[in-house]
Amino acid sequence: MAIVAKPSKFAKFGRPTLAWIVGLLFFFPIFWMVLTSFKTDADAVKPEYLIWFTPTLENYLNMTENYDYWRFAKNSVITSVLATAFTLFVGIPCAYAMAFNPSRTTKDVLMWMLSTKMLPAAAVLYPMTFITKSLGLFDSHFLIILVLSLINLPIVVWMLFTYFKEIPKDIIEAGQMDGVSTWGEIKEILIPLAWGGIASTALLCFIFCWNEAYWTVRLTTTDAATLSKLIEGNRAPEGLFFGRLSAVSAAAVGPIVVLGWFCQKQLVQGLTFGAVK
Amino acid sequence: MGRIVLKNVTKSFGDTQVIPPLDLTIEDGEFTVFVGPSGCGKSTLLRMIAGLEDLTSGYIEIDGNDATQVPPSERGLAMVFQSYALYPHMSVRKNIGFPLRMAKMDQAEIDQKVETAAQSLNLMDYLDRKPADLSGGQRQRVAIGRAIVREPAAFLFDEPLSNLDAALRVGMRLEIGELHERLKTTMIYVTHDQVEAMTMANKIVVLQAGVIEQVGSPLELYHKPRNKFVAGFIGSPKMNLIEGAEAAKHNAHTIGVRPEHIEVSTTGGQWEGKVGVAEHLGSDTFIHVHGIDGCDPMTVRAAGDVAVKHGDTVFLTPQAQNIHKFDQKGLRIE
Repeated sequence: MAIVAKPSKFAKFGRPTLAWIVGLLFFFPIFWMVLTSFKTDADAVKPEYLIWFTPTLENYLNMTENYDYWRFAKNSVITSVLATAFTLFVGIPCAYAMAFNPSRTTKDVLMWMLSTKMLPAAAVLYPMTFITKSLGLFDSHFLIILVLSLINLPIVVWMLFTYFKEIPKDIIEAGQMDGVSTWGEIKEILIPLAWGGIASTALLCFIFCWNEAYWTVRLTTTDAATLSKLIEGNRAPEGLFFGRLSAVSAAAVGPIVVLGWFCQKQLVQGLTFGAVK
Repeated sequence: MGRIVLKNVTKSFGDTQVIPPLDLTIEDGEFTVFVGPSGCGKSTLLRMIAGLEDLTSGYIEIDGNDATQVPPSERGLAMVFQSYALYPHMSVRKNIGFPLRMAKMDQAEIDQKVETAAQSLNLMDYLDRKPADLSGGQRQRVAIGRAIVREPAAFLFDEPLSNLDAALRVGMRLEIGELHERLKTTMIYVTHDQVEAMTMANKIVVLQAGVIEQVGSPLELYHKPRNKFVAGFIGSPKMNLIEGAEAAKHNAHTIGVRPEHIEVSTTGGQWEGKVGVAEHLGSDTFIHVHGIDGCDPMTVRAAGDVAVKHGDTVFLTPQAQNIHKFDQKGLRIE
C-alpha cells in the first residue's frame, strides 16, 4: 500500500469549525444590527425582547419620511461613483507609466504615496476645515469627491500597479511597434487585459468611498451629506435610539453589501483571467 | 524601402556600458542576422533600432531620416517577439488586423489584407480562435502575420524561434527565409544560434560584449574569420584552436583547423591521439581525440561512418590550405 500523509484531526474537523466561528463572529454584529432595526426603540433596550419581539417597519418608514434617507443615499452614490471614476481616470495612466516605463525613482514614489496614508487625518482637520470654508467649498459635492479621490488614490495606484505588472511587457511593446499611441495602448490593450484587476480595484475604491466617515461627517452639513452623516446624525443628543440607529445603519451598508455579493463571482473570475504564455 | 544606418551608437545601463560606440549600415532588402552569445547586446541593439530602448548617444537613420527621437509607433518597423506577444483578448483575425485598425484603414480593406496574410501563412482555419488555443508554431505565424500586413520598412525578429521545438524551428526557418525571398523587405534577425545565422542571412553581424567582431556574408565568416572569437563561434562543431609548438611551426600564436578539414587515419599521419568519444550520426562521425599537444580534445568530422571506438589510436592530418593563423591578440594573419 502506498504511504500517504494522513490529514490530522485538526485539519479535518478543527479547521472548518474554526472557520465557522470566525465567520459567525464577523457576521454577528451585522445580523444583530438588522435584527434590532425591526424593533421599536423601546423594545430594543429591553432584555426580554432580545430574540422574541414583534417586528415592525416603523424605523424604516420613519427614516424615509422624516430623515430624507434618499437625499443622503443620492449624495453617497454621486460622490462615491464620481470619486471612483476620477480616481481610476488618474490612477490608470499613473500605474501604467510606473509599471511599464519605470524610472529610478518609481519605487520611492510608490513608497511616498503609501506614506501619505500614515498621516493621521486629525492632524489636518483644522487646516482642511479652514481652507475649504474660506474657498467656499465646504459642504459641496466637488469637495467630497476631491477628498475621497485623494484619500483613495495611493491605494488604487498601488493595486493597479500590481495588476499591470502581471501583464508581459512584450505585449505592451508589441502595441507600440504596431503603431498605437499611448492612449490607444491603454484603451485597446491595457484595460481589456487588466479588466478583472481594474474592476476589483474600482469596487474596493467604491466601498472605501461609501464607507468613509471621518471627512464626510466633518466637511458637510446638508447639501453634500452622505449616509455616514445620516448615521452620525441619528446618534442624537436626545439619547440613543437603537432601533432607529440600526435601521439607518442597515440601510447605509445594505447597498454595498448587496453590490459586493453580486460582484463576488465576477471579481474572482476577473482575477484569474488567463494570460497567454 | 528600409535602409538603416547606425552612427556612433552607444548604450549604457546606469554606469555599465553595454554597447560601446558602434557603426553599422543595413542595406535595403538585406537579411541581416545579429548573432553572439547571450548578453552580447544583440537584443539591446535590435530594441534600439525598434525604438523600444533609448540611445545613450549616437544616431539612427531609417531611409535617410533621423529616427533617433522618433517613438517606436512612428518608425514604420514591425517586430516579432520571442514570446510572440500576441494580444490574448483578441482573435487571430483581430490580432493580425490590429496594426491596420490602428492606422484607421477601412474595415473592408483590413479584412482583405488579413485574409491574404492568413492564406500565405496557412492560418485560414484559425482566424476566429484566440491565441491561447493555438500551438507555438501557429502563434508565431500569427505574430509574423501581424508584422507583414503592415508592409513595414523593415522586419525585426527577436529570437523568434527559440521557444519552438527543434523540428518546428527548421520549418519556420525556411518559412521566414521564403518570406524574405518573396517580400524582399529588409529583415534584421537576432539569434544566438549560429546555424540559424548561417542558413538565413545575407549578412551576419557577430557581436561580443556589445562590440562588432565581424560583419560579412556567412561564407566570408566561415572561410575568413577575422579573429579567434568569430572562428570559434561560426561553424559546428567548433573550430579546433591549437596553441604552442604546432602553432609556432606556422609562425603563429594560435592556429585553427575546422573539424571537417582534418583527415583521419588508423595507420599514420601528422598527429597521434586516442579516441575519447565517437559520435556516429550515420552521415558523419564526430570523433573527439585526446592527447594532442596544444588542443585537447580535438574534434574531427569524418564523412560517413568511420569504425573507431573509445580507446583506439588514430592519426590526424590537417588540410594545409585550410589552416587559419592568429597572432598573439587573436587577430587573423593572412
